[in-house]
Amino acid sequence: MTNIKISAKGVQVYYGDNHAIKDVDVQIEDKTVTAFIGPSGCGKSTFLRCLNRMNDTIDICRVQGDIRIDNEDIYDPAVDPVQLRAKVGMVFQKPNPFPKSIYDNVAYGPKIHGLARNKADLDEIVEKSLRKAALWTEAKDRLDAPGTGLSGGQQQRLCIARAIATAPEILLMDEPCSALDPIATAQVEELIDELRQSYSVVIVTHSMQQAARVSQKTAFFHLGNLVEYGVTDKIFTNPEDPRTESYISGRIG
Amino acid sequence: MSASKHGSLLQTDPHTKKRNAAEKRFRMYGLSAIAIALIALVILLVSIISNGASSFRQTYLSFPVTINAAEIEAAESALLKTGAYNKIIQTSLLTYLTENDLLQDIPEEDAFGMISDEAGATFREFILANPEAAGTSFQLNLLANGRIDGYFKGRVTAQTALLDKNVTPAQLVMADRLAEQGALVKRFNWAFFTNPDASDQRPEAAGLGVAILGSFYMMAVVLFLALPIGVAASIYLEEFARKSWITDVIEVNIANLAAVPSIVYGILGLAIFINFAELNQSSPLVGGLVLTLMTLPTIIISTRASLKSIPPSIRDAALGVGASKMQSVFHHVLPLAAPGILTGTIIGLAQALGETAPLLLIGMVAFVKEYPAAWSPDAGLFGEASTALPVQVFNWTQRSDPAFVERASGAIITLLIFLLIMNALAIFLRKKFERRW
Repeated sequence: MTNIKISAKGVQVYYGDNHAIKDVDVQIEDKTVTAFIGPSGCGKSTFLRCLNRMNDTIDICRVQGDIRIDNEDIYDPAVDPVQLRAKVGMVFQKPNPFPKSIYDNVAYGPKIHGLARNKADLDEIVEKSLRKAALWTEAKDRLDAPGTGLSGGQQQRLCIARAIATAPEILLMDEPCSALDPIATAQVEELIDELRQSYSVVIVTHSMQQAARVSQKTAFFHLGNLVEYGVTDKIFTNPEDPRTESYISGRIG
Repeated sequence: MSASKHGSLLQTDPHTKKRNAAEKRFRMYGLSAIAIALIALVILLVSIISNGASSFRQTYLSFPVTINAAEIEAAESALLKTGAYNKIIQTSLLTYLTENDLLQDIPEEDAFGMISDEAGATFREFILANPEAAGTSFQLNLLANGRIDGYFKGRVTAQTALLDKNVTPAQLVMADRLAEQGALVKRFNWAFFTNPDASDQRPEAAGLGVAILGSFYMMAVVLFLALPIGVAASIYLEEFARKSWITDVIEVNIANLAAVPSIVYGILGLAIFINFAELNQSSPLVGGLVLTLMTLPTIIISTRASLKSIPPSIRDAALGVGASKMQSVFHHVLPLAAPGILTGTIIGLAQALGETAPLLLIGMVAFVKEYPAAWSPDAGLFGEASTALPVQVFNWTQRSDPAFVERASGAIITLLIFLLIMNALAIFLRKKFERRW
């Protein structure tokens, strides 16, 4: 298959002595929303953070195995994680805009990566990113206002705008809606569906409804194992593994 | 009615009564603790201010003085120049006294003794600065003797004057007469902040000038060394260093260093900076280096605390958009931690400003009459001998003349005002730059 964006083989993650991810194999497709579901502590966020090497910042965390993006080993010693993270953007669970203006929040990534040659370029990137994140109409008149002054849903969309401003190819989302109300959640979900046109989106979620609504592929994690991975509709209607079935029907988790 | 097993809610049961009583007692303990602390503070401030407030006003003799060019020349060629100028002052004073019929039965010597020994030097400086005054008659303000100053501040009375060989009852009578004439006046004591220290015999001339300048130099050294070193060390330990037993050991030792008695830093400074590195003793440079060592742990601890208080989500956000570790620290974490770092630094500086013990060991207790230059070819940067504010207090309290007790209290008030200003600045900066998220 040529459509594979991320390919992981035999991935093991340890937090000190704790074996958090056990031998996970997964192939994530381009221009697709892939959802990771599973009970708390099952390792789905840990695995997500392996994909842009955010786990590097945790001293006791060790990652083994082979993770390839576009067929390049991202744990190769030659890979600079900073370059990797420009290619693989991330949106976090709690909206975490910088305590700066809306404009500076979005412009920060392009600035440090040298994506804009001049102010006009930068303005254009900021506008495009905010438009893509469906925040432009609300924010265009107050780009100088602090990003922290926005509502929770707007803050999360600002974080999405910030993530896509660096022109990534993959967007990782770690429970992006868990701190949002249902209306803001609906807006972000709608946005995720649009983002699929340009990016490969990997989303970790606690809400199975959300996974069913936004994703095309779903992976179910349990106790550090990838139990089942497949087309979302099939996982939710006709799972192969009894553990998936139990989780989906609410018996475990 | 109250058939429930809890009984009536309108009646407090014994158990609740006991708990309420305990709560009341605890409140009383707290209130009395605060009251004791406040009373102690009030007593301290009242005693210092009542002793020291008078040092901000000083008694001056004001009378016309005449001098001509020939007299200046003669005085300048004399062996003891200030002595020659003193003679001229005495002549002028005598003229003034006889013209106004103030001398009467009082011996001339007593009248002369009312002028401070410092007057000759003051007069000479004035003449050298204003050569055009030669040949004219002009009003000159000269320091009155410390005992006369004490008389107007209630320290000296006719009874004590009988037992005191430095003042006679006749001089006090003369002082009253001069005050009536308006020739003896109390005015704000600017010289207290500009004059250098003076010898035991002339407390009226003693000032904090050298001490304030020395303290200022030392604070400059501390600020320019301790702030960058402390902040760099904290950032490295907090953001970059991998947690291991080495960083644990360093952390414990920094905490220990903060608790080391300050005099130990003085011994260290004496051994390393003066005996080994052979820097000038009594110099603000050595004082500043010693205080830097002492202040570093304070700055490191407060900087690390403010770095720790920045939510990790900010670091994640920066790393998530592809910022390098250093970019995430310098673009995001450090600006947010800056108010805390600033506050810690100012508190550390305030602590260093009031520190006495280590400075005694490196010789800053010396009697220094000359203003130290910030730089000189012989001594280098901040290398000239100086004193510091707290050491000046220590110095003055050891002298026998009660006029120095007043001066010492005045110096303490000055020091407290500096500390208050620094702490107020710290609070102001924190409030101004504190960001919420």
